[in-house]
Amino acid sequence: MELQGTGIGLGVALGPVVRMAEPLPEPVDRPSHLDPDREAERARGSLAVVAAELQGRGAKAGGSAQDVLEAQAMMAEDPTLMDDIVKRLADGKTAERAVFEAFASFREMLAGMGGYMAERAADLDDVSQRVIANLLKLPAPGVPNPGHPFVLVARDLAPADTATLDLDQVLGLVTIDGGPTSHTAILAREKSIVAVVGATGAGQLDSGDQVIVDAENDLVIVGPSPDQAAAAQERIAERKARAAAPVTPGALADGTPVPLLANLGSADGAAAAVELGAEGVGLFRTEFLFLDAQQAPTVREQQEQYTRLLNAFAGKKVVVRVLDAGADKPLSFLNDADEENPALGLRGIRALRESEAILREQLTALAAADAATDADLWVMAPMVANVEEARYFTALAKELGIRTAGVMIEVPSAALLADRLLAATDFASIGTNDLTQYTMAADRMLGTVATFQNPWHPAVLSLVASVGEAGRELGRPVGICGEAAADPMLAVVLVGLGATTLSMSPSALADVRASLARYTKDDAIAIARAALAAEGAAEAQQAAKDAAGSVTAGHDVSAPQS
Amino acid sequence: MVERTVQIGSSHGLHARPAKLFTQAAAESGAQVTIAKDGGSPVNAASILAVISQGIDHGDTVTLTVDGGDEDAVLERLVELLSTDHDG
Repeated sequence: MELQGTGIGLGVALGPVVRMAEPLPEPVDRPSHLDPDREAERARGSLAVVAAELQGRGAKAGGSAQDVLEAQAMMAEDPTLMDDIVKRLADGKTAERAVFEAFASFREMLAGMGGYMAERAADLDDVSQRVIANLLKLPAPGVPNPGHPFVLVARDLAPADTATLDLDQVLGLVTIDGGPTSHTAILAREKSIVAVVGATGAGQLDSGDQVIVDAENDLVIVGPSPDQAAAAQERIAERKARAAAPVTPGALADGTPVPLLANLGSADGAAAAVELGAEGVGLFRTEFLFLDAQQAPTVREQQEQYTRLLNAFAGKKVVVRVLDAGADKPLSFLNDADEENPALGLRGIRALRESEAILREQLTALAAADAATDADLWVMAPMVANVEEARYFTALAKELGIRTAGVMIEVPSAALLADRLLAATDFASIGTNDLTQYTMAADRMLGTVATFQNPWHPAVLSLVASVGEAGRELGRPVGICGEAAADPMLAVVLVGLGATTLSMSPSALADVRASLARYTKDDAIAIARAALAAEGAAEAQQAAKDAAGSVTAGHDVSAPQS
Repeated sequence: MVERTVQIGSSHGLHARPAKLFTQAAAESGAQVTIAKDGGSPVNAASILAVISQGIDHGDTVTLTVDGGDEDAVLERLVELLSTDHDG
């Protein structure tokens, strides 16, 4: 039997199910034999105990889990909630019932708001359960510990559960509720736990059932056949070997190099990226230097940060994007005007041009850092929309001592005129997130149009192809920096469309490296062609998968090139 | 009592972590702080449930009032928290 869900990541797990305890029964609505003040005292006591416990777990967990647990602790001690409880106690209810009802009413309100807020409703349920368990002097619900490795099956995991999972024992996670933005999904991603969320059919699983959790294929296989189990074991071993394999430079099966680079937002992540096999940096965002600042940092301050970064990548390529302000990241000293459509407003290179002194200082600091280090510094401008802007930025960068200057391609006009744009500059890097937003005319910050934000769309791929072709003709490098490059199959398509380097979050490097190594240059071109010919994003993804299956079926599998 | 209207800088709105940071700061200020979303009625800013159930998103304008204690300093600090992008 197979259960459908949403897989998080690409992992596979095989093992016996352990069910997490179902929630406590709803407290009976009966009159209390205690007076309301005494019941309020009981409620306050249990709320405080649970708040302290959540706070303690947060301190132990650290990271983003700590924020979530601290937020839950604050929910337990929330003054509005306590007011609500006291009101219900005045009607003669028990503390258990009043706590239950108060949490339930807030829960309903959050669930009614939909989307992200509805996902938070589970956080509230968890706090409610803990408080009621404490009032009833029952053990708090939590992650079971059967003493052997297991696949945890739960309705939905609360942050307190995921934070305290013993990773040595948990083979995988399956949730019945919960979407791809639930805490279970977020934490599974962060900690690389194999997970399938929202598998509605998983309610029928019992502790002891053998299952395969196949995140790559969005499946849970119940009671697998010996063949299925063996295939899963093989994939688990392969993935383990992949993660442990010495990191090699990114390349296709025929040896065509495709350098794999890291996206970084500060110099802090440099060492970790190198360890995961980053061959350089494909996108270094410089906003962190400017955010929270009332005015631009000095040339000296900037130079120090850039030097630190470049030193971590001695002998390697580092592509730095000059300040990309506006739209989702406004900066008071650059763009303070209130715009109706900030994504279409004075942002990126447009804003920098208005405040050229800031751009000049940044380029000066970068050139000085380059001169003092051994890295190969490339600098690019964001949001370039036409040839004139490309020419302007390239000339200014060269004047200030930058050796390699290029542009980001995020606007369809730039992609459509890529041949003329690339003739005016040294290289291009495609920002797939913004390119998708502008091609589909769908605000990437807006949940209601989130389904449009899919880089697999053939309209987006077609623009990438136009840039790839121009790059090939003019001998100019074309990189990809954006979430699209982190998708192992889409990465192959992008290379087939003419991308010469791929840049992504360092955690995606191993899977993309392995995916590229399966296909030759000709394969990648054939797969890309299949995706380009599709009518929509989902169809393109399926077409690429089918094409990949048929090209690899024709390969001599015994002779992989290393 | 002092009052100020401010635009939300956090790209995820006043949910999750930004809401936690803001509510914590309001609770620790010792002053009575309220927050009202554009035209809505003010709620207790020290209540994380009241704050997140307002559904305040990136770019929304909210009005803060601070009553008691070192009003101006508290208001200044809270305005800064709200206008910063913590998810950057």
